[in-house]
Amino acid sequence: MSVSLLFAIVLVLALVGYFLGRANASGLKASGKNLHSIPPYHGYYIALWCGLPAFVLVLVWQAAQGSIIDQILIAGLPSHLTEGTSAARVSLILGEIKNVAAGRVFGTPEPAVIEAAEHYKSLQSTASLALVACTLAVAVGGIAFARARLSPDFRARNRVDGILRGLLIICSVLAILTTLGIILSLLIESFAFFSRVPVLSFLFGMEWSPQMAIRSDQVAAEGAFGAVPVFWGTIFISAIAMFVALPVGLFSAIYLVEYADKRVRSFVKPLLEILAGIPTIVYGFFAVLTVAPFIREFGMSLGLDVASNSALAAGGVMGIMIIPFISSFSDDAISAVPQSMRDGAYALGATKAETIRQVLLPAALPGIVGGVLLAVSRAIGETMIVVMAAGLTATLTANPLEGVTTVTVQIVTLLIGDTEFDSPKTLAAFGLGLVLFISTLVLNIVALQVVKRYRERYE
Amino acid sequence: MTTLDTTEASGMIMTKTAEDTGTLAKTATAARAGEHETKISASAVSVFYGEKQALFDVTIDIPARQVMAFIGPSGCGKSTFLRCINRMNDTIDICSVKGKIEIDGANIYDPKIDPVLLRARVGMVFQKPNPFPKSIYDNIAYGPRIHGVAKAGSAMDEIVETSLQRAGLWNEVKDRLHEPGTGLSGGQQQRLCIARAIAVNPDVILMDEPCSALDPIATAKVEELIDELRTRYTIVIVTHSMQQAARVSQKAAFFHLGNLIEVDETDRMFTNPTDQRTQDYITGRFG
Ligand SMILES: Nc1ncnc2c1ncn2[C@@H]1O[C@H](COP(=O)(O)OP(=O)(O)O)[C@@H](O)[C@H]1O
Ligand SMILES: [Mg+2]
Repeated sequence: MSVSLLFAIVLVLALVGYFLGRANASGLKASGKNLHSIPPYHGYYIALWCGLPAFVLVLVWQAAQGSIIDQILIAGLPSHLTEGTSAARVSLILGEIKNVAAGRVFGTPEPAVIEAAEHYKSLQSTASLALVACTLAVAVGGIAFARARLSPDFRARNRVDGILRGLLIICSVLAILTTLGIILSLLIESFAFFSRVPVLSFLFGMEWSPQMAIRSDQVAAEGAFGAVPVFWGTIFISAIAMFVALPVGLFSAIYLVEYADKRVRSFVKPLLEILAGIPTIVYGFFAVLTVAPFIREFGMSLGLDVASNSALAAGGVMGIMIIPFISSFSDDAISAVPQSMRDGAYALGATKAETIRQVLLPAALPGIVGGVLLAVSRAIGETMIVVMAAGLTATLTANPLEGVTTVTVQIVTLLIGDTEFDSPKTLAAFGLGLVLFISTLVLNIVALQVVKRYRERYE
Repeated sequence: MTTLDTTEASGMIMTKTAEDTGTLAKTATAARAGEHETKISASAVSVFYGEKQALFDVTIDIPARQVMAFIGPSGCGKSTFLRCINRMNDTIDICSVKGKIEIDGANIYDPKIDPVLLRARVGMVFQKPNPFPKSIYDNIAYGPRIHGVAKAGSAMDEIVETSLQRAGLWNEVKDRLHEPGTGLSGGQQQRLCIARAIAVNPDVILMDEPCSALDPIATAKVEELIDELRTRYTIVIVTHSMQQAARVSQKAAFFHLGNLIEVDETDRMFTNPTDQRTQDYITGRFG
């Protein structure tokens, strides 16, 4: 029986429980008793008791079943298959067993494997039968338990409210726990990395060539994991991106708020915001196929030496991508400056330009800064465009026509093609990820704080 | 661009000073004759917001160095007319103004007139105090700075001090000139806005219900200030309160549904109105 069918049955049972509870309470009411809660709450109470435990049971069961069966299978394998072999080998055997069980037989499997496959099939069917039985038992048990508690004085409404509040809390806690889990895994792997490569030589080392260090005699080679060129690449490309995005975004926001009439605004603003919705891989294409060749040819015609992967191409296109961040934050910030500020300035004989420069922009500055910081953290985290357009070599250069590499690009290249997470090379990715995470986190916190303070000013 | 502005502005200020002395002399003569000379003269002013007409052929003379009160039920076009006098209505896209308004005999709707320079001569104070989110000092210095009257240093300090003194705020803020203007109380903010308008040395100050957001004590202070200011400036005030009009104004104009119904000495209008609608409004029959 499939899990979704099981869920459907539990749902039906819960519905039955609801009507049962409601009918029961209505009956009590009809017989002249004074109910604490109205009948539907009695119904909800039974339905929740029926559905929730069963639902949780199915989830837990599904999560645990696989690994328990695996353990039983491994325990049952003949010793010559399991003893002295690595965990990877055992998991290969397990995979083979499951393939055989599913009828995908390649070559001639060992008899032990075929036997284990049979065992696996029977375990599977027993398990799913047991799941159905247990779930139904829990659901029906829930109904019986809840029903037994119903009485005229029973505070069904408060109980139902309590259960629902609990559910809401669990949902929000789940979101937080996921974040914590991500941070934790990042931290653990980073510690593993920093136990092999000293933190200081990672943070301040000037040479980055992690691919060289896979040989064991080079693991401790300190020069290879100096991340400064990589950090520099990120900072450099983000700076180029901001150089493009800041003026364009800010000026278009000023135009939209202060100069454009309503029709233009209602047309241009969504158009600008579409830029934020374009998948970054498309920007990547644009950078590689259109912008980079253009820069290259233009540079050549001036007699400059332009690399085919240039920081300028990647940064410029990234700048275009983050224009909407800046423009929509600035737009909000400038529109939020009260009309009375404009009136005040105009009434003193200020021109439109003076009003914008000296009154509106200073008043909107915190909001604009918030938008810029968020845009920067977006630029720092951007991967696809730089992977495609900026190159892979970590050069410490201030020449925008050369290729540079960024933190995110390095993380991608470090993790590609390697499944073992125990060499410094792959672990370095987590070190970089941690630095990236901390810096964007700080930027975001500062940005939100700035934006919040500014919102309070004109409440 | 900036330099051009500056020269133009200072040129304007200079001519204005010349005019001022002229006006002063004339006022003196007029005062001897028991009559105030006309400062602002509007003829057949109509205002449209898009299709909708908000003012109908308003013709009025506003005397110099007196307080003229605009009264009338809300929505009758008092603010609209006030905003014609410094061409603030130009900043509203859908608003168009017909007719002629002369200040010192020059039509302010003449295409040769730059509304930006006009607004330096005709200051405005709004219903809700609207100091800039800058320091008290910078709020006052803002106007003189954009018109290039004074750069910084002692000349500017002097303008700031005089303006604050004329607005009766100097003693309250002289120790915290560099704190934000938004941190003052409502009444102080409104007097700051008056000081800010005074700082560009206007001839005319327009006030649109300047006390409607203030408590009675702050209102009394502002009214007192208005009474002092009329020795130097021509003041036009929109007010909802009949008592306020009686306290601060010498002349009053009653608007109704976009029409100017009656203009008279405030005392006479309040005791002996000629039009029935004025009578009804004053006795509180509507409004
Ligand atoms: N910005 C505007 N756009 C459209 N109509 C306006 C605008 N300002 C005022 N009006 C209209 O003009 C009329 C006069 O308004 P207003 O001058 O503000 O009246 P008052 O100040 O006497 O209360 C009202 O009917 C109002 O709806
Ligand atoms: Mg008004």
